[in-house]
Amino acid sequence: MRQIIRVYCMTLICQGLSGARLQPLCARTLSLTGSQNVSETPPARADSTFKVTMVPGDGVGPELMTAVKEVFKAGDVPVEFEEFHLSEVQNMASEEKLDEVLTSMKNNRVAIKGKIHTPMEYKGELASYEMRLRRKLDLFANVVHVNSLPGYSTRHNNLDLVIIREQTEGEYSSLEHESVSGVVECLKIITREKSRRIAKFAFDYATKKGRSKVTAVHKANIMKLADGLFLQSCAEVAELYPKIKYENIIIDNCCMQLVQNPYQFDVLVMPNLYGNIIDNLAAGLVGGAGVVPGESYSAEYAVFETGARHPFAQAVGRNIANPTAMLLSASNMLRHLNLEYHSNMVSEAVRKVIKQGKVRTRDLGGYSTTSDFVRAVVANLRHRPV
Amino acid sequence: MMATLTKALKPIFGGRLGNTAKVFGTAINSQRDKATTTGQIIPPPAKYGGRHTVTLIPGDGIGPELLNHVRELFRFSCVPVDFEVVHVNSASTSEDDINNAITAIRRNRVALKGNIETAHNMPPNHKSRNNLLRTSLDLYANVMHCQSLPGVQTRHKNIDITIIRENTEGEYSSLEHESVSGVVECLKIITRNNSLRIAEYAFKLARENGRRKVTAVHKANIMKLADGLFLQCCKEVASGYPDIQFDSMIVDNTTMQLVSKPQQFDVMLMPNLYGNVVSNVCAGLVGGPGLVPGANYGRDYAVFETATRNTGKSIANRNIANPTAMLLASCLMLDHLKLHAFANMIRGAILTTMNETGLHTPDIGGQGTTLDVVQSIMRNIQSSGPLTTEI
Repeated sequence: MRQIIRVYCMTLICQGLSGARLQPLCARTLSLTGSQNVSETPPARADSTFKVTMVPGDGVGPELMTAVKEVFKAGDVPVEFEEFHLSEVQNMASEEKLDEVLTSMKNNRVAIKGKIHTPMEYKGELASYEMRLRRKLDLFANVVHVNSLPGYSTRHNNLDLVIIREQTEGEYSSLEHESVSGVVECLKIITREKSRRIAKFAFDYATKKGRSKVTAVHKANIMKLADGLFLQSCAEVAELYPKIKYENIIIDNCCMQLVQNPYQFDVLVMPNLYGNIIDNLAAGLVGGAGVVPGESYSAEYAVFETGARHPFAQAVGRNIANPTAMLLSASNMLRHLNLEYHSNMVSEAVRKVIKQGKVRTRDLGGYSTTSDFVRAVVANLRHRPV
Repeated sequence: MMATLTKALKPIFGGRLGNTAKVFGTAINSQRDKATTTGQIIPPPAKYGGRHTVTLIPGDGIGPELLNHVRELFRFSCVPVDFEVVHVNSASTSEDDINNAITAIRRNRVALKGNIETAHNMPPNHKSRNNLLRTSLDLYANVMHCQSLPGVQTRHKNIDITIIRENTEGEYSSLEHESVSGVVECLKIITRNNSLRIAEYAFKLARENGRRKVTAVHKANIMKLADGLFLQCCKEVASGYPDIQFDSMIVDNTTMQLVSKPQQFDVMLMPNLYGNVVSNVCAGLVGGPGLVPGANYGRDYAVFETATRNTGKSIANRNIANPTAMLLASCLMLDHLKLHAFANMIRGAILTTMNETGLHTPDIGGQGTTLDVVQSIMRNIQSSGPLTTEI
């Protein structure tokens, strides 16, 4: 079995179609002191503004991006967007377009992104644009910080948990084939290197944010080798972090515990598909896809998006989408860019509007429109030029 | 291990070794065991979305205040580095704190530290925390670059010396015992592996930086076997670098030459204790401990600090310490993280403040406070570059 996994890993690399580049563990080489003569492109910023790539995506994505742009403009945030429209369903997708987006992301290193809708039918390409972007940029870690919003009460209040998901391998390998007619094999790939990397990311995140516990979510009782490897890697990495408590839980039980007593969890780390399910489940606990921000990281790049990734196509043009998630995500992006002041300004304004409870979009039980909400946020910005 | 060493020594010293080699063998093995503890799993570096996490050990004396200035400067310059602060209590006798710090460096790979006080009245089994950190992370190469600054008045001008010091063995082996009452033996360990490794590092660095000469410093006229082995290793490595001139000098003569005619030196290569002495002499030549940054490199990890590793207890919390050394060390760290643009920006501002603004702290004859200097550096960064937030 192990050999089979290894063999498929090899083909994964050899074929190169997946682009799942296994980064060498020792990425930073031994460097010597004097290195001034090394030429390097300067950080992509000019005139005190930070450049950020923007991919609005499908569905309500463009509307949410407009909200972000309006709030940033009102708050005088020194960020400049490079906008790219990429969509698989609106005939706007091409290899050149994808390359363009990638080049821009590689230059700016930071991006904000809506969901690019993936049609379910098979048209000859197994990997979606979302997946290809992730693989090309090696965005291995997805972080969803599920935090209850004061002022909007749900069944569980004061929730504060972080879900960290590996998103480049596992069930999302895009390796499917019909070996015998009527029998389809879909390969789930788990590698030691990537498991260790995501585990270390989770523990590093916990250290940085002062969290006390990391729980690995798995199904190693059934997939003894694949999920077993993931679990073993997590346990190995945990040894480096003696101050953080490490536990593990089986995915089905985890789901049940999350809806019964979600307060027992702090940071959760898991492979791809489980992460997808838990992300959505946990977002549902605090108010749904419209309120939970998310972010994806590789070693070099960071992409900010909503926590539960849905295009919400039925709401297009109806001015009813909730921009909270995207605005909070944009605020996280500003913090990532070292713009602490502006970051706090945006997130405080959003939280204030939710807490006041006067302006609420439909998903939170109100009657306000997206633009009403944005206006309310702008009115609550601490810093207003006029 | 044992076999290779005897084999290596035999052609040099013939059959004279006898019992000495056996003593060597055991000592080396214990040193090696210590070194292999670092060779567990090497996880990937803590770098996500282009932001690095670096361990920050404030240390004692002026360390905490200087490192606060570094953090403030980094925040101001929008440097994509986050610090994980780990405190090490120098007064406690337990090794928990330092082990905790070492684990933190293992996961982040890079650290910036102030010096940790080692009191002499501690019990004999109390090892220097700084030394423990270097040996357990196997940070074998200590590198410092002493360069005259035009804005600082010193006796000698145009000094440009790089000192490379073996950092893990030699006199710092922490192997001391009283074999007979009243007789204490302190073992100085020189191994072929470590000597070759440091020599290789020195020549590689010399070539990369376009240096012309490497001088090995030793005392092989007295310690014919130990320092002889070191010298022999340097010679062997030198033969692989015909473009770089190699010579050797005895340590006592070296210090004399340094204070009388320091311009003759280019890259200097030496074992642990001589490195300690010579680096302090050199730092003194260019203006004192407040000016020169230092770096410790291993295969996997790197720790940055001031070159002379002083705690500066007497001037702590008086806002008069010279922040230059620590700030330059943080620039070396940025270079190591391949953030060259940020490193050059901050380094440029530091040198401009030092040489053109002429704002100096009392240790180099000025009237300015630490904060004055740091703020001047910030203003300089603000005027020269767009990459800043509010002061």
